[in-house]
Amino acid sequence: MSELSVNHLLGIKYLNTQDIQLIFETTDHFKEVINRPIKKVPSLRDITIANLFFENSTRTKLSFELAEKRLSADVINFSSAQSSVKKGETLIDTVNNILSMKVDMVVMRHPNPGAGVFLSKHVNASIINAGDGAHEHPTQALLDSYSIREKLGEVKGKKVVIVGDILHSRVALSNIFALQLQGAEVMVCGPKTLIPKYIDKLGVKVETNLRNALNWCDVANMLRVQNERMDISYFPSTREYTQQFGVNKDVLNSLDKEITIMHPGPINRGVEITSDVADSNQSIILEQVQNGVAIRMAVIYLLASKIKQ
Amino acid sequence: MSQKVLLNAKEVNIILHRLACQLIEKHNDFSNTVLIGLQPRGIFLADRLAKILKEDYKVKNIKLGYLDITFYRDDFRRGEKTLEANKTKINFLVEDKNIVFIDDVLYTGRSIRAALTAIQSFGRPNEIELLTLIDRRFSRHLPIQPDYRGRQVDVINNEKVKVNWIEHDKEDSVYLIEK
Repeated sequence: MSELSVNHLLGIKYLNTQDIQLIFETTDHFKEVINRPIKKVPSLRDITIANLFFENSTRTKLSFELAEKRLSADVINFSSAQSSVKKGETLIDTVNNILSMKVDMVVMRHPNPGAGVFLSKHVNASIINAGDGAHEHPTQALLDSYSIREKLGEVKGKKVVIVGDILHSRVALSNIFALQLQGAEVMVCGPKTLIPKYIDKLGVKVETNLRNALNWCDVANMLRVQNERMDISYFPSTREYTQQFGVNKDVLNSLDKEITIMHPGPINRGVEITSDVADSNQSIILEQVQNGVAIRMAVIYLLASKIKQ
Repeated sequence: MSQKVLLNAKEVNIILHRLACQLIEKHNDFSNTVLIGLQPRGIFLADRLAKILKEDYKVKNIKLGYLDITFYRDDFRRGEKTLEANKTKINFLVEDKNIVFIDDVLYTGRSIRAALTAIQSFGRPNEIELLTLIDRRFSRHLPIQPDYRGRQVDVINNEKVKVNWIEHDKEDSVYLIEK
């Protein structure tokens, strides 16, 4: 059981329960490491990692870069805004050019679903998917589950509702796979237009009334409305969305139990979640960010140990 | 696979008391000293020594920690298996302290090298000493020697020394196992 069953982290779909268990146990150790006076270990000093971001990101990119540096890996960064991709180079060419500089691992975010899987079949490096379109964002789902485990003791048997823009969300899909793998019950909640048509086939409950969803759940994961991915109008106005699907302190106080609030960021304060909720002690949003570094250290460490010399 | 007893329970007990006395001789009341057991198997010896010091020699304020060296090892990606970590538990500052590293068997010295690097993440100690129950002669890869040794043994490379503890392995004993 001491190693991952996969050579790339392309999605939660490809992992099994033991993999998640191993990642979490390794994360526990790295969480201790990043709380030391000196937060760095020399494990990966002979590994070079390229962070390829073909789509904008702040948190994920910083988190990966920090994780890599804390493991002493050499890091090179690339973002498509200032690159030859604009000049018409293909993905495989871009990556192979980078790999010919002796890079061992690639962390990639890409607007097209399946970009990571495609790349893993054509290039010789370990690939970590840092988000591919509306498909998967595995490290986010891992850190979400890890944060639930940390807050509530275990993930098994917990009821988790994912609220908001399910249609455009890679976080939602990865979370559904990760939570189900660990034995949690999952519900999605949002305007009908933002819930994919056959999502119930994944074994998740569907609810369009936020209050019912919050009454049912132990944890609510609030997603951002991804306006940048919306080509048409999915709801009449932001104001109406907030009235129906926004969480505020009054709604939380009116529930008969205390639920945990999560958000993968970036937050649109006052839209899906109000400031008093985001900053309350029911929210574990900043813990999620802290755990993100430890989770990514664990994933990189475990994948790197499978790269043979 | 044959095995030979190197030390039995009685001999282990005598050696542990001697090591405890040697530690007291050097460190007096342990006011500026911390014991660090090295994961995975050094922690059993560290636990036992701390217990002897506290109960049999009435030493107060023994500070005991566990150090995991997995992420500092120099054989990452050189073996078949992923190196699995253990828990590090150091709930005190090591700045300016006198540290005693405790491990059951000293073999190549590479774990101790890793431990010397690892402990730096917790501060700058005043000095570091090494205590091992078994010191395998003629097998060192690095210039590292113990300050306190239980028993020095001559073991050839395809033999293994296994230290058992009553809390975990049903008896106190040291075996020489031929692979």
